[in-house]
Amino acid sequence: MTELQTEPGHQQVGPGQEPLLRLDRISRHFKIGNAVRRRSALHAVDDMSFTVGEREIVAIAGESGSGKSTVARVLAKIYKPTSGEAYFQGQPLSAIRSRRQRLRYSGLVPMVFQDPFASLNPVFRVSHGVMRALKLHRPELTAEQRFAEAVRVFDAVGLNPGAEVLQRYPHELSGGQRQRVGFAQALAMRPKLILADEPVSMLDVSIRIGLLNLMRQLRDDQGVSILYITHDIASARYVADRLIVMYAGQIAESGPVEDVLSTPRHPYTQLLLSAVPDPRAELSIGADTDRGEPPRVINPTPGCRFRFRCPIAIDECSHITPKLLELSPGHDAACHVAQSGAEVRAF
Amino acid sequence: MAIPVTTTGIPQPAAGISGPSRRGALNRITKAIRTNRKATIGVVLMAIFIFVALFPSLLTHQSPNAVSNHVFAHPSAAHWLGTDNLGRDVYAQVIDGTRNVLILALAVGLLTTAVAMLIGVAAAYLGGLWDSVLNFVTDVLLVIPIFPLLIIIAAYLPNAGNNVLILVLTFTGWSYTARQLRSQAQSLRSRDFLLAARVRGERPLYIIVVEILPTMTSLLLASFLNNALYAVLAGSGLQFIGLGNTNNVSWGTTLYWAQQNNALGSGLYAWAIVPGACIALMGAAFAFINYAFDEIGNPALRPLTAAKARKAAAASIKRRIAGNGALPD
Amino acid sequence: MAHSLTDDQSGLASPLRQDPVLEIRDLSVEYVLESGIVRAVDNVSFDLAPGEFLAIVGESGCGKSTLLFGIAQLLNPPAEISGGSVTFRGRNLVQLTERELAAVRWKNMSVVMQSAMNALNPVKSVGAQFKDAMRAHGVTSTAEIQRRSVEVLKMVGIDPVHLKSYPHQLSGGMRQRSMIAMAMLFTPELIIMDEPTSALDVVAQRSLMAQIKDLQREYHFAVIFVTHDMSLVRHFSDHLMVMYAGQVSEVGPTRQLFDHPHHPYTVGLMDAFPSIRGPRVELTGIPGSPPNLARPPAGCRFSARCPKVMPRCETAPPLDYQVDGTSVRCFLYDSPEVLSD
Repeated sequence: MTELQTEPGHQQVGPGQEPLLRLDRISRHFKIGNAVRRRSALHAVDDMSFTVGEREIVAIAGESGSGKSTVARVLAKIYKPTSGEAYFQGQPLSAIRSRRQRLRYSGLVPMVFQDPFASLNPVFRVSHGVMRALKLHRPELTAEQRFAEAVRVFDAVGLNPGAEVLQRYPHELSGGQRQRVGFAQALAMRPKLILADEPVSMLDVSIRIGLLNLMRQLRDDQGVSILYITHDIASARYVADRLIVMYAGQIAESGPVEDVLSTPRHPYTQLLLSAVPDPRAELSIGADTDRGEPPRVINPTPGCRFRFRCPIAIDECSHITPKLLELSPGHDAACHVAQSGAEVRAF
Repeated sequence: MAIPVTTTGIPQPAAGISGPSRRGALNRITKAIRTNRKATIGVVLMAIFIFVALFPSLLTHQSPNAVSNHVFAHPSAAHWLGTDNLGRDVYAQVIDGTRNVLILALAVGLLTTAVAMLIGVAAAYLGGLWDSVLNFVTDVLLVIPIFPLLIIIAAYLPNAGNNVLILVLTFTGWSYTARQLRSQAQSLRSRDFLLAARVRGERPLYIIVVEILPTMTSLLLASFLNNALYAVLAGSGLQFIGLGNTNNVSWGTTLYWAQQNNALGSGLYAWAIVPGACIALMGAAFAFINYAFDEIGNPALRPLTAAKARKAAAASIKRRIAGNGALPD
Repeated sequence: MAHSLTDDQSGLASPLRQDPVLEIRDLSVEYVLESGIVRAVDNVSFDLAPGEFLAIVGESGCGKSTLLFGIAQLLNPPAEISGGSVTFRGRNLVQLTERELAAVRWKNMSVVMQSAMNALNPVKSVGAQFKDAMRAHGVTSTAEIQRRSVEVLKMVGIDPVHLKSYPHQLSGGMRQRSMIAMAMLFTPELIIMDEPTSALDVVAQRSLMAQIKDLQREYHFAVIFVTHDMSLVRHFSDHLMVMYAGQVSEVGPTRQLFDHPHHPYTVGLMDAFPSIRGPRVELTGIPGSPPNLARPPAGCRFSARCPKVMPRCETAPPLDYQVDGTSVRCFLYDSPEVLSD
């Protein structure tokens, strides 16, 4: 078996050079409750900042309720951020107003969805989505050229022979094949960054690797960056160059994937790693195993949101929200204990 | 955390005409109609009515408006169902009146469904202020009692022809269907393929017309049939109480004249009953076809005889297997 | 062909040597369709010892859930048991009437479903549902019902105050735990679980598995645990059964299977899990899809995707061969040297 090449220097951006995608303190809150009671705010995403470079796969890992899908939807312009700004190729997302600008952005930053059964319209053949995407985003092509391009992207994602698969209906394809169609649709628009929202979570285990390999191939051969949203840290390790761990709407830790997994600095990362079932490793089950109750971030008070589950929480954790600081080159963590220089051995 | 592909994830392609080939779909529909009793009855009845509406002259040589001196006649060889107060042949009236009722039913069915579709689906998809406004309008019309409203409107339009009747019935009928379609569209709204269309840059109108509506064909068909049924009954009801143009030849107006002249009390049973029976039969035809499509599209609704019970559930499993060969676990 | 898992070849500390709780012999489940008959479960046999934890692993379409429903006698038309027997404590469940089954259900055998939100009644409180279950089995004393309800909730680590809660007020993990509590009401000898952790996150999952294992150690019930996630059960199950396309492809002591997987499908499946430790290596997974069971292939059902396929695999179906204490359905292990071990 070939060892994967790890290239930690991938995303080094030269001074003055704008990264492909930059988020600057993005927050997204949802109002809950009705007009009668006092409106509360669900803080799905709070104060997130990170970058994605060219030819790079960045994984955002977290449990459900961590806000990871919301971030993707903000970037897909399905939601508007409550505060903060995101910059794509140096341009702020909020400046994208006209239809032409929006079309251009959605072609450069397409999204692939989680559910292979719901992401394709069951009434049409699978060529429908790709052809529409080509019609909208590459109007300079003639009808024959569009079809040829559709065949090309289908072949590129492993659906061979492309011309034949294009004629099928979604219910005639397997889950894995449907997800490949999703990637083909994205590829047809010649994207720079693909937002992949848990693209393999609903697939059989033996099929996932094929899709994960496809993502790596898209990065290497087509030069596409991918923002890979997942709850499965092992798959994140397999494809990603960098890893961002989210908890309760905030970034707990981020950095090159090998760094974060070999020396996790945040107690939550350590908890996650200890809980991941790995057939090749022994499982540690402590007497007081964490129950895994996801936090409900409604009208949160200042302080670290992980403090209720953290065995090494100190007094500061209850009053001051920890900032994301760099603890070693490229490796950031938002934890008071870690930032004080002490060794973090929580789980 | 999401689970991998299992039975719950198997998609349901839109019922009706959306299979792999048009010809295959037509075959399946004819077969389904043949095997389902309700469908057979409904389709046969409807075919009869359509035939009568199209070729009335094949069934009677008399004009329904031909006044004669034989008034209040009992059924005889010359007049199969007798004559009315003006000596007009009742049988001819019934035959000729079929067209009027059928046109009413189909026109109102189509128009109502179209309006309801536009308003209901748009409200669901656009959401926000649009949804609130459209909802409000729908609800107001929904809450107003229909028959009194119909009577008031029709009373202000004396001697109104069929067209006005059609408009009036459409105006009062679309709100119920709009609600239904809105609910269905709402449940589809967050389906990933709609989100995918939005994210790739499609305009809202395109999404509604091209992406949402085709997946709602079964509900749209059911709405059409339902509204046609409503038109038959409500329209005939209005004509029966004398609204609309009583000189038009229609089952409702024939009944009106029968009522005015105390046909039942005078022993002129054919005149009093046959038009009403026709109204009931046409209504039943629409209803049967509606139920049948429901049952064909959703096997869970089929009547449960032991053998049928198996076949019904089997059809849905078979669809899944024919799809990609993967069985439910 | 019976694979008796109570044979002490594994060297594991085996449970009390008694008669098996469950004996499955040549169980087959078929779906009767207009177009023909589809066999979703094909001649599955195994024994389950008291207190044993058996994990059944496979992907979609392999028949594991159908097998589970077949064992629990919960199949609905058009699915039906077409052959074989399910012997629970000496009685063949397949032949019992609904009435006789009702007596067995929940007292001796209970089921935990995949999604608690689907299995629990959303308009009744948890306590009310426990009461229903107990009443249905003849417990009438209110005091006894209350006492037992509190007891089982404590067993699974939930504060008894939640007897008054409705399912939607509990978190996913707590809902699953209350399902397990309900399954424990009569301390049955066998609890069947159909992917009870798949809707939970990693941390909640581990906690629930540990809880189940603790309960099992304390109350000595047997568990049949169906899942798609092999790595989850590695540390918890005594025996592991891998299913593919309706058949058992490999079965044996868990440790043995993980240390020395034999069947190419098992090997492929294990290799399809990227690891978070150790070197990052490129994996291939198992490209392709399971066969169409409406027209099963003539030979081995895995042959189309097997990296080690031989000509004979496509013409004749392999039998079960015994290798090192595991049973493998693969021609690779059909050789005199192996059989004579």
